[in-house]
Amino acid sequence: MSGLTSMTGAARAEILARTRAALTRAQPPGPVVRDYRTTGDLQLGSPELVALLTDRLVDYRAHVHPVGTEQISAAIAGIAAAHAGGAARFVVASDFATAWRQGWGAVEDHGLSPRELDETDGAVTTCRVAIADTGTLVLDAGPGQGRRAITLVPDLHICLVRHDQIVQTVPEALRRLDAGRPITFISGPSATSDIELARVEGVHGPRILHVLLISPP
Amino acid sequence: MTTFLGLPGGLPHADRHTGQVEGSLRFPDAARTALADGQLRTNIGAATRTIRTKRAAVVAEVPDWEELREAGRAIKTDTMARLPELLLQLEENVTARGGVVHWARDATQANAIVAGLVRAVGATEVVKVKSMVTQEIGLNEALAERGITAWETDLAELIVQLGHDKPSHILVPAIHRNRAQIREIFLREMPGVDSGLTDEPRDLAMAARRYLRAKFLTAQVAVSGANFAVADTGTLTVVESEGNGRMCLTLPQTLITVMGIEKVVPTFSDLEVFLQLLPRSSTGERMNPYTSMWTGVTPGDGPQDVHLVLLDNGRTATLADQVGRAALHCIRCSACLNVCPVYERTGGHAYGSVYPGPIGAVLSPQLTGITGGDDPNDSLPYASSLCGACFDACPVKIDIPNLLVNLRAQHTEAHADTHRIPSAEQIAMAATAWAMSSPSRWARAQATTRAGRLLGRRRQVIRALPAPLSAWTAARDLPRPPTETFRQWWAARDAGEHR
Ligand code: SF4
Repeated sequence: MSGLTSMTGAARAEILARTRAALTRAQPPGPVVRDYRTTGDLQLGSPELVALLTDRLVDYRAHVHPVGTEQISAAIAGIAAAHAGGAARFVVASDFATAWRQGWGAVEDHGLSPRELDETDGAVTTCRVAIADTGTLVLDAGPGQGRRAITLVPDLHICLVRHDQIVQTVPEALRRLDAGRPITFISGPSATSDIELARVEGVHGPRILHVLLISPP
Repeated sequence: MTTFLGLPGGLPHADRHTGQVEGSLRFPDAARTALADGQLRTNIGAATRTIRTKRAAVVAEVPDWEELREAGRAIKTDTMARLPELLLQLEENVTARGGVVHWARDATQANAIVAGLVRAVGATEVVKVKSMVTQEIGLNEALAERGITAWETDLAELIVQLGHDKPSHILVPAIHRNRAQIREIFLREMPGVDSGLTDEPRDLAMAARRYLRAKFLTAQVAVSGANFAVADTGTLTVVESEGNGRMCLTLPQTLITVMGIEKVVPTFSDLEVFLQLLPRSSTGERMNPYTSMWTGVTPGDGPQDVHLVLLDNGRTATLADQVGRAALHCIRCSACLNVCPVYERTGGHAYGSVYPGPIGAVLSPQLTGITGGDDPNDSLPYASSLCGACFDACPVKIDIPNLLVNLRAQHTEAHADTHRIPSAEQIAMAATAWAMSSPSRWARAQATTRAGRLLGRRRQVIRALPAPLSAWTAARDLPRPPTETFRQWWAARDAGEHR
């Protein structure tokens, strides 16, 4: 490895020198003008914003369930019953609220191997923020979300979104994020159009995506 | 140290024989083969039409699209001007978060670094996320020579790999294959595949899912590219659709990311521009299914051994050209391919390089350098009708026609330097270039081709010219001369801005 490091150390100096040489006569660029929208027109928490997100999610063929806080457990149990005859085992992060685990089989993740994750029926998580314009759920491994692998290996993902987590535009979402965390943008189930441009859903990620849109109490 | 600026052969170019930055045939010859393939033309035509329509619809619903494009252009221009400082900042931030940064002058060195890292963890296999740069450097072949197998995990790349074939489109690399051909490839090349496999796309995709899942669950090492690398945070980003990217970026213990030095962006908030521009321009979606961002190592989540290989391979030479460097702004969306009348007819293989279409025609020759000889990449700047559709479609406003004209002028100059007795085709080429290389000559050429120009105004191409230009139009249509912009450009060039 030390040979490798010194080899790339020389390359580093050389590439930086080349880059500087290439720019010796460059004109300083003009300022970066940011005239694009950084907020949407829709009010945070408004029914219109929730409707826009719903529309986009349905467009991606995600299953959308509008629920109140007290209905969360029942909604998940309903999906579990429909999915695996009630015997479904869904992975959750260890800090996923116990109040929402009633009536269905939650498996806490304490470092499950990829194979063990593969044997579960799905994952249930919260999210960091959702983008209505694009129908995007953003996870950042924060509270209730767990590590990235749990929403990837199992075949089904149930994502909980509170109305106050919905923003309209991409810039609003980015501005709520901490770049240092592992971040995943999810916009519908995984998909491919690689064969004659025919859309096929669920190639490697979860094939089924349920979104619980949770209204304030 | 400054005398070489703008001159071919100054800063080192990519080795045209390592990896895939140049094909073996000149464009007109390769295009002839492609044009004779009816299936290819039908598939590419259908693909580009479909994606064009989808793109137009999702771009139309963004009220501030032009403002986003302008911001994208400005951020990239600013990035190139500050590249050394941004690369150092990126390195510092990746390192601070537990990642290891490597620098590679060229393809050979990048391949050696990756192979060394794979060996260091004792692996003999790697899983790969679709990445153009690793195709550019021929990583899979280089690893194979060292006994390491690289598995492509993107469905289209898998089809290409199993078919012992080459990608034909940036975005849908297997678009030249139809479902029956793909079924045949899978039956022949995919170990353990169900012999009852149908040619339904869903069935084929599920066969790939089963086949690759076993690899994802056991892979020790993944190799990826990066769409963006954020200097001020050290964050790397991969934009994808199928989830194979997430599998590679999340499950293995070791992650090696190879990226061209031009992929850096200054700040995390710059992503708010590119994450709007890229998916809509690329797949015609409001957002692609999955985007992953990671910063060095996150304890307990994902790979714990994280590497970033920063590659030059002709990029600094490209950067030295004040016009040509705009090719480095490309975010690889493929919108310019889908609107290009030349690409639509020839497909990607005719361009030889891993970078096809209009962007390939300006990027590949700059990476390898224009020699003025018979090198295939020297023919690429002529593989265009200069109709300008690529410029209009480009989400970061790269003026590709202007870059093509710049390269044609370079080719003529280099040609004059190296050839004393040109071939017949070169006479035609040179005559055209000669005519185009001076405003007064160009004006005269235009005056003698008024009919062609009037025709060209309607159809954007000229189908006949008087000799000596006629020799060239026999091979392909001549673009309607972009007199205004050309002259303006030339005036600026003569005023010393260029060299
Ligand atoms: S040149 Fe522009 S349109 Fe073409 S692939 Fe690059 S970013 Fe997209």
